[in-house]
Amino acid sequence: MTARKDPWNSGRIWRAIISQRELIFMSVPLLLYKILFSYVPVTGWTMAFQNFKPAIRTWYKQEWVGFSNFIKLFSGINGERFIRDIRNTLAQSVLTLVLGYVCSILLALLLNEVKNVGFKRVVQNITYMPHFLSWIIVAGLVSTALSLPSSGGIINTLLVNLHLVKEPILFLSNPNHFWGIVAGSNLWKELGWNTIIYLAAITSIDVSLYEAADMDGANRYQKMFRITLPGIKSTIVILLIMSIGYILEAGFEIQYFLGNGLIVEKSETIDIFVLRYGIQMGNYSLATVAGIFKTLVSIILISGANFISGRLGEEKLI
Amino acid sequence: MEKRKRRDFSAENIIFTTLNTAFLILLSLAMVYPLLNTLAVSFNDGMDTVRGGIYLWPRIFTLQNFRVIFHMETIYGAFVISVAKTIVIVITNLFFTSMLAYTISRREYIFAKPLTLAFVLTMYFNAGIIPNYMLIKNLHMLNTFSVYWVPNVISAFNLIVIRTYIKSIPESLVESAKIDGSGEFRIFMRIIMPLCVPTLATIALFVAVGSWNSWFDTFLYNSGKQSLSTLQYELQKLLSSTLTASTSAQGGGANASAQAGAVNATTPQSIRSAITIVAAVPILVVYPFLQRYFVNGLTIGGVKE
Repeated sequence: MTARKDPWNSGRIWRAIISQRELIFMSVPLLLYKILFSYVPVTGWTMAFQNFKPAIRTWYKQEWVGFSNFIKLFSGINGERFIRDIRNTLAQSVLTLVLGYVCSILLALLLNEVKNVGFKRVVQNITYMPHFLSWIIVAGLVSTALSLPSSGGIINTLLVNLHLVKEPILFLSNPNHFWGIVAGSNLWKELGWNTIIYLAAITSIDVSLYEAADMDGANRYQKMFRITLPGIKSTIVILLIMSIGYILEAGFEIQYFLGNGLIVEKSETIDIFVLRYGIQMGNYSLATVAGIFKTLVSIILISGANFISGRLGEEKLI
Repeated sequence: MEKRKRRDFSAENIIFTTLNTAFLILLSLAMVYPLLNTLAVSFNDGMDTVRGGIYLWPRIFTLQNFRVIFHMETIYGAFVISVAKTIVIVITNLFFTSMLAYTISRREYIFAKPLTLAFVLTMYFNAGIIPNYMLIKNLHMLNTFSVYWVPNVISAFNLIVIRTYIKSIPESLVESAKIDGSGEFRIFMRIIMPLCVPTLATIALFVAVGSWNSWFDTFLYNSGKQSLSTLQYELQKLLSSTLTASTSAQGGGANASAQAGAVNATTPQSIRSAITIVAAVPILVVYPFLQRYFVNGLTIGGVKE
């Protein structure tokens, strides 16, 4: 026997290709398909360096303008608007993140204290429900809930009847409420769903820890905060790092549906900026630049998150 | 478990349990109330709803709102398209995704690694709205039914979930079928697919929910053709016209009230409630079945290479 041959020598590859031709027929066309629909569009990023006019059919005959679109995006009127939209995106997403985290961990802890299995399951089922509704339905429900008492605005009805406010609040016409509305809508929709992973993590905590704590006379709160919470700490940390990677994804629908001229100052996000400039105003180049900016920042954040979680000895996300 | 169940009748425990139960009931109410309210409004007389005070139960019961929306050609057509789109997406997506998952699950397949990488990478970047729109435009797929399903034939996330599942199937099954002379496609169809049914059923439900709920593809690619509109998109148009009406006093409201005027004895609010119910009911019927797979799906989802 001679030493093992290089596994990548061409004869071996050809033999493998012939013997695996059926697998190749089943998969390679799908790869070409994926290249067309996910990788080819990336070539559209060249629009960022052009003064793109849809009327000119040949791509390389467009006027090439270098980085001037990038400069335009961050200066003048466009720049003010774009920087405002970055602020809105970050603010909405941080608010949503913090509120969502704290509340779903607390809810998971409270659900964990419920001893009646039937009741627990009913509550879980009900709180999961909004996750499955579309954002359009949710936006409709939110706008109804926030409207005046006369149009069925339950929140204003409650506030007025409990004498917390004198006059109904015009939630959707006052820009100062909008970030809260986004965070609140996300909370309503995803609260129950987000508890799933914590509840799963709680079930993997060693029962003997609780038994030992009982022996030592620990009370409920000590067990909650000294055993359960530390027990799910790694889950909390990894999910937090992961969501920081997606911090520019503030959602798009709720802002698009509920945003209006009166509150655009606080409601417009990067995604809506792209849509308005690109599809509605036909300024493809500037919209593409904004899109690239968002994608690049996201990729950096996601790889950073991945690196950190690897460093912390957690499972890599990618 | 039973051993731990020493009954604790201390005052502290009773107070905590009562408060906790009360809180969870209130929370559940907050979750269901908006939908129950919409349900009540959708079955209430349109003109009566305007007077306000409808909470959980209709005051003047009527089926008029539903009768009206199903006589509106736009809504009925959108309903049909939504159903057709969901069925086509579920079938094509499951078939192609699991076929690809089978090939990349085969350890000896020389392209398994590069293929996996090429698909997994797409989970982390997106060319963006505009380049995608230009691609669809250049492929002459604007305002066609195929734009609903063709770009969505493979989902990378589900691909990994199915591949993980297939890898747990004993390899000897595949090997013995090969010795019996079965080709790869036959093995996939006759052996692997039937064994994957539990996973595929779950994924089918998630894909169906996603497709039923999507509106952006209609908005971006097919808004120029009414006959291809979907229920969610119709609901969105109605929502934005009523919202404009309520936030900018009159002006924009003309559109909504004209629509309502055309369909007598009802109001935009009632119509919207009825469509919301029609759009929500299929989801509400399906999601309890997804329940027992939630945790499995979430934990398998961790992509491991």
